[in-house]
Amino acid sequence: MAAREIALTPRTGTLPAAALRLHDLVVTTDHKKLGLMYVGAGLVFFVVAGLLASVMRLQLAAPNNEVVSPQVFNRLFTMHGTTMVFLVGMPIIAGMMNYLVPLMIGARDMAFPRLNAFGFWMFFFGGLLLYFSYLAAPGITGAGSAPNVGWFAYSPLTARAFSRGHSTDYWTLSLLVSGVGSIASAINVIATAVSLRCKGMTMMRLPLFVWLSIVTSFMILLALSPLSAAQIMLLLDRFLGARFFDTQAGGSAVLWQHFFWIFGHPEVYILIIPAFACLSEIIPVFSRKPIFGYPIMVAAVVMIAFISLGVWAHHMFTIGMPSVGNIFFATSTFLVAVPTGIKIFNWLGTMYGGKLRFEPPMLFCIGFLFQFLIAGLTGVMLGMAPFDWQLHDSYFVVAHFHYTLVGAFLFGIFAGIYYWYPKAVGRLLDRRLGIWHFWLLVIGFHLTFDPQHFAGFLGMPRRIYTYEEGRGWEVYNLISSVGVVAQAAGIMLFVVNLVRSYWKGEPAGEDPWDAWTLEWATTSPPPEYNFETLPVVRSSRPLWDLKHPEDPDWKYE
Amino acid sequence: MTKADALNSPVEPAEWRLPSRGVVAVVCLIVTETALFMIFVVAYLFYIGKSLSGPYASEVLETPVIATICLLSSSLTIILAERAFGRANSGGFRLWWAGTILLGAVFLALTAVEWRRLITGPRLTISANLFGTTFYSLVGLHASHVIVGLTLLTLALILFLLGRVRPEHGERLKLISWYWHFVDAVWVVVFTVVYVIGR
Repeated sequence: MAAREIALTPRTGTLPAAALRLHDLVVTTDHKKLGLMYVGAGLVFFVVAGLLASVMRLQLAAPNNEVVSPQVFNRLFTMHGTTMVFLVGMPIIAGMMNYLVPLMIGARDMAFPRLNAFGFWMFFFGGLLLYFSYLAAPGITGAGSAPNVGWFAYSPLTARAFSRGHSTDYWTLSLLVSGVGSIASAINVIATAVSLRCKGMTMMRLPLFVWLSIVTSFMILLALSPLSAAQIMLLLDRFLGARFFDTQAGGSAVLWQHFFWIFGHPEVYILIIPAFACLSEIIPVFSRKPIFGYPIMVAAVVMIAFISLGVWAHHMFTIGMPSVGNIFFATSTFLVAVPTGIKIFNWLGTMYGGKLRFEPPMLFCIGFLFQFLIAGLTGVMLGMAPFDWQLHDSYFVVAHFHYTLVGAFLFGIFAGIYYWYPKAVGRLLDRRLGIWHFWLLVIGFHLTFDPQHFAGFLGMPRRIYTYEEGRGWEVYNLISSVGVVAQAAGIMLFVVNLVRSYWKGEPAGEDPWDAWTLEWATTSPPPEYNFETLPVVRSSRPLWDLKHPEDPDWKYE
Repeated sequence: MTKADALNSPVEPAEWRLPSRGVVAVVCLIVTETALFMIFVVAYLFYIGKSLSGPYASEVLETPVIATICLLSSSLTIILAERAFGRANSGGFRLWWAGTILLGAVFLALTAVEWRRLITGPRLTISANLFGTTFYSLVGLHASHVIVGLTLLTLALILFLLGRVRPEHGERLKLISWYWHFVDAVWVVVFTVVYVIGR
């Protein structure tokens, strides 16, 4: 043992500090470092994809604009959508689950630390592969051969005959690679949450964040592998001349749509459930009340997961399904609204009569509640097949899903970042900058996406690179583009806050929010081994029991 | 805490037992693999009889009786191997485990023979028609899982012969056998879809 230490010392001593830190990141299997790497890489991709969106809004700000060519525009919306879903949403939720699940259940690491590192690097190189397409032939000057088939890559756009070169191959291969990473991390989260719970942490004492992580991971298992299957079929079509989606040989373009949305619809729940998870931890702490209706919250999310596996074809009402199909998928879509409504009412029930503290995490949660409600309502509207026939593929749909993914998902994630940043870094994010960030983002978000509903009503199709004057779309598009400025300003403040608070933030201490779950029982940032002695738990709010020995929760549970 | 509270505190479970992480992970892996196969099976069923030109399934497919017997009986031999391992009967374990590998390898070889016959005889390739596309991708996906299973089995055998497999590794052997049973069960589905319904 001593001999090994002596052998190691001179070798590490010769390397510069930066190289050592980089080496540490590359070889680490610590769930906290990997979690932060996931979130960090996700935020970098978030800024990149946000810039792509800004260029699109610049192009659409006025009719007959010529900021970018139609070809470049096609690449922009494809890369924006693909990046936001697979390289922003997926890694950020994976990162938060990785960081928090072991801490919340009182464990020292994930069940499979090396598999965890594998999952991260698969995602990371998948992302690099996607963006490498910009540099690959025919080079930067021709805007590269970035994918241009839309984020759901409908057949036959992806057929060899219509997509020459390798742009579609970059799309499909990078999603296949990062999909394997997502599945690896999902298996890991489930195994951790089931098998590594500390003594006394029964399933019904788990923090809701952990419960929702299990459900999301289970959905990843069921949804990501159909996507991989479809990607394999597409690769076989493109490289070996298979006929899956070749309509000339009797293949079906609609089958691709089914396979894609069997993945695609559960995917939006895979993203939103971790945002629910953040809310379910933050709202109780900032309302000074335990979560209202814990078992119902668990049941509701399991119901959401179950129903969401049977709603995919509501993305396909206009392909001409038989009316039985339309009715089935419309009904199942309405059904999702029931457990989702239960969750909203339970969050409101938690806040009702509580002592609310309007810190940045709570502000983002409240923003989430309002915006997610509207997103849900437009979702129910689109779930009605005849209504969808009118507005399918219009800007109304764009507005609807940005309400869910920006107005809800992103707000939930920001709430989570403001809440757990002090745990990960040991310093609080600046409160004033946080409030500025919140309001700028709220204003920018509504300026950008509210008018798009109306542009959609007036018939503006999604994915067009420009439009004529006199259709009545001008003012909505202009307001929409102006909103981007406020959003970008908000995001800039957020980035400044993240960086500045890392060095200059107010020291957080172990438990800055006076919270009740186990991650706040260790130091901030936690040591590599998380807990000196593994905790023993008697109720679902172990820190409450610790702080209030005269009135512990376990007396009532 | 007062003494009364301490007395009222719920009794902790004497022992805190949780499922093993390996078991949970392998079950999850099987769930996700099932979803993967389901998509290929659905594609196969959807495209039955939709090929615009030959060769058709009814003309060229022959039921792979021997291959099926080999693969299904390998599920039996691996159970026998596990039992022998549990009884510390290392000779029996070696025999049945190697037998499992042999049966799997015979299955794979027979698949290769079948493919060779289909490609060189009636010129059925993956690009020939929808039948060729769905046939080679579904059977090939299953065969690739057989290869993964055989690799795991062989690795375990080599480690055993090197004396690296100790009694406490029984659970890992059990998990390999679960994966192998899954591969066998998938074959039952593939067989039914391709050689029974598909013809």
